[in-house]
Amino acid sequence: MNFSLARIYAVLVKEFLQMRRDRVTLGMIVGVPLMQLFLFGFAINFNPKALPTAIAIDDPGIFARSVTAALRNSSYFDVVATTNSPSGARRLLQEGKVLFVVEIPVNFTRDIVRGAQPDLLVEADATDPAAGGFAMAALNGIATSALRDDLTGPLAARAQGPPPFNLVSHLLYNPESNTRYSIIPGLLAVILTMTMVLMTCLALTRERERGTYENLLAMPATPVEIMIGKIAPNVTIGAIQSAIILVVAKYVFAVPMIGSLPLLAAALTIYIIANLAVGYTFSTLAENQLQAMQMTMFFLLPAILLSGFAFPFAGMPRWAQYIGEILPATHFLRIVRGILLKDNGASEIWPDVWPLLLFTFAAAGLALARFRRTLD
Amino acid sequence: MTGAAATRKKPGALNIGAMAIDVKGLTKRFGRKLAVDHIDIAVPEGEVWGFLGPNGSGKTTTIRMLCGLLRVDDGQGTCLGLDIRAQAEAIKRQVGYMTQRFSFWEDLSIRENLEFVARLYQLPDRKAKVGWTLERLGLVQRQSQLAGELSGGWKQRMALAACMLHDPKLLLLDEPTAGVDPKARRDFWEQIHALSAQGLTVLVSTHYMDEAERCDRIAYILNGRLVTQGSVGEVIEQSGLSTFVLEGAHVRHFLGELQGKPGVDYAGFFGAALHVSGRDRAALEASIAPYRGRDGIAVSETPPNLEDVFILLQEAAK
Ligand SMILES: Nc1ncnc2c1ncn2[C@@H]1O[C@H](COP(=O)(O)OP(=O)(O)OP(=O)(O)O)[C@@H](O)[C@H]1O
Ligand SMILES: [Mg+2]
Repeated sequence: MNFSLARIYAVLVKEFLQMRRDRVTLGMIVGVPLMQLFLFGFAINFNPKALPTAIAIDDPGIFARSVTAALRNSSYFDVVATTNSPSGARRLLQEGKVLFVVEIPVNFTRDIVRGAQPDLLVEADATDPAAGGFAMAALNGIATSALRDDLTGPLAARAQGPPPFNLVSHLLYNPESNTRYSIIPGLLAVILTMTMVLMTCLALTRERERGTYENLLAMPATPVEIMIGKIAPNVTIGAIQSAIILVVAKYVFAVPMIGSLPLLAAALTIYIIANLAVGYTFSTLAENQLQAMQMTMFFLLPAILLSGFAFPFAGMPRWAQYIGEILPATHFLRIVRGILLKDNGASEIWPDVWPLLLFTFAAAGLALARFRRTLD
Repeated sequence: MTGAAATRKKPGALNIGAMAIDVKGLTKRFGRKLAVDHIDIAVPEGEVWGFLGPNGSGKTTTIRMLCGLLRVDDGQGTCLGLDIRAQAEAIKRQVGYMTQRFSFWEDLSIRENLEFVARLYQLPDRKAKVGWTLERLGLVQRQSQLAGELSGGWKQRMALAACMLHDPKLLLLDEPTAGVDPKARRDFWEQIHALSAQGLTVLVSTHYMDEAERCDRIAYILNGRLVTQGSVGEVIEQSGLSTFVLEGAHVRHFLGELQGKPGVDYAGFFGAALHVSGRDRAALEASIAPYRGRDGIAVSETPPNLEDVFILLQEAAK
């Protein structure tokens, strides 16, 4: 018989002993499922609420005020700005500070009183169509019921019929609400995060496991030189991958690309370096390749789930948004959607560029601080 | 630490009396274990020193501290006139360190490994230097072979060539000839002596006695402590050891008997003959006397060799 339970047992014991020695891996065995549970269970909201909204109000009348008040009280909308200039409100939309602009035109109150069916204009940022759908339906109901309460006395009859206004919606940037237009640029962010972090997370770990680390340290290369030397070749790989994704996005999925490609290239470069720096940092922390891979998992999950790629960012709870704001994918996602779909320029993407830069420097700084110049 | 500044010399010019390595109280702990325990070593420039000691005695750890690869827990000193704590990076440029375990890139070819090293040291005539090294090693035909495919001995030879590529002033070699065939070992030692004639200093750890005997001086460490040092003759003399050789057909039956007799520190076979050594000459002679002439046993005295001394030191430490 060439089959022995004793030998199976021997291998089994050896594997358990080795597993037990690797404390970090043991921690991850508990940590990864917990993190997934919390992310999926709490952070993700399939019915987003509290979406940032600006109100452009050009009418001092009572009905305008009650619509405004109703919006403020609703859980779907989070009114972050009230202005009397429609162009100012639209600017907030362009910069991505709000997802909706509700515009209450001049004479809104007067026209309702006259029964003239004034327009209630809603402009929505449809670069992420998932966020908009529920809110649009909600808006009609909120405004109608708000006005119904006000339509008393001689106007009471009007409260019974159809809404006393026209809800006019403009889907900006992605008028057909094509989800592809938002998912494919988002994929650029997610695919790059995955491949770039994986590319460098073994950079030093592999050297350490193979014993070449000692030799590398014995020769006159500084930690900065080693880091740049190890990261730089992967920037090329990132550039090639980006080109492939963008070409497929344009010619296969017909994703509109109305913004500046050089600007996108510049942002891409920063984003690629940010992710390579993360991977490299993991490689300075991990003691073996398994640990490095698990740290990578730990980073990738939030990058996919909390960046606004899988679910609308504005609909996530506050704490999840704070975590999301740290991640490079979150900022890059806004940058790509902004450039490709909204034709954002350098000044509009800057609020998302500096966090990327800051993140990159922090990651590289941590990697250099954690770089072990000695073997102990 | 004296003469720290004076040790900086022009290449080629031998500065008599200057120290290439000069450390005092060098100490390293791994957790509670004291791997290296207050070692003082002073190696004058241009000398070849053998670094000996049993497995786990702290040779590799000491060498790693000398070239800045391990933090020094206690002690101080200089390497090539540079402070080992503060100037590790500058030391690295002038030291050639060969690791005990093969540590070149197995997925790079022989030539690629050498070129990588040459680039890191920014050698001006890189191509020529690498080509010349390959030629001297006799690896020109196999230069595109992956380093991982080399046999153990050839890996050692490649590693040695690579750590000498940048013309270091000090070579720290950790068992460079382990697994290397006798001819290649002889070539290696000839090369070492030629280099030392030009002013290069060498500290080489080894377990081979014939190699120890080729060194100007040897330092022997045991359990992290420097136990003895000096030329081979001095080390033997300091041990105060006397060794007698018992020869004869039935001599092997007496090994057990002799071990443990008064004055016998160590008894063991050396070829077919029995070597009996001890520091207390009178007691030793008294213990051996009964065997003289018995069963055709011939007893003679021999100068103790290095192996006898080291084994004795190791036995005595138990
Ligand atoms: N990284 C480490 N962590 C813990 N202990 C270590 C470490 N490196 C070495 N040691 C211990 O320090 C002591 C000295 O080891 P070292 O490798 O210096 O011995 P050595 O003289 O080079 O032995 P060998 O002849 O086998 O190469 C040993 O007891 C070893 O177990
Ligand atoms: Mg060793």
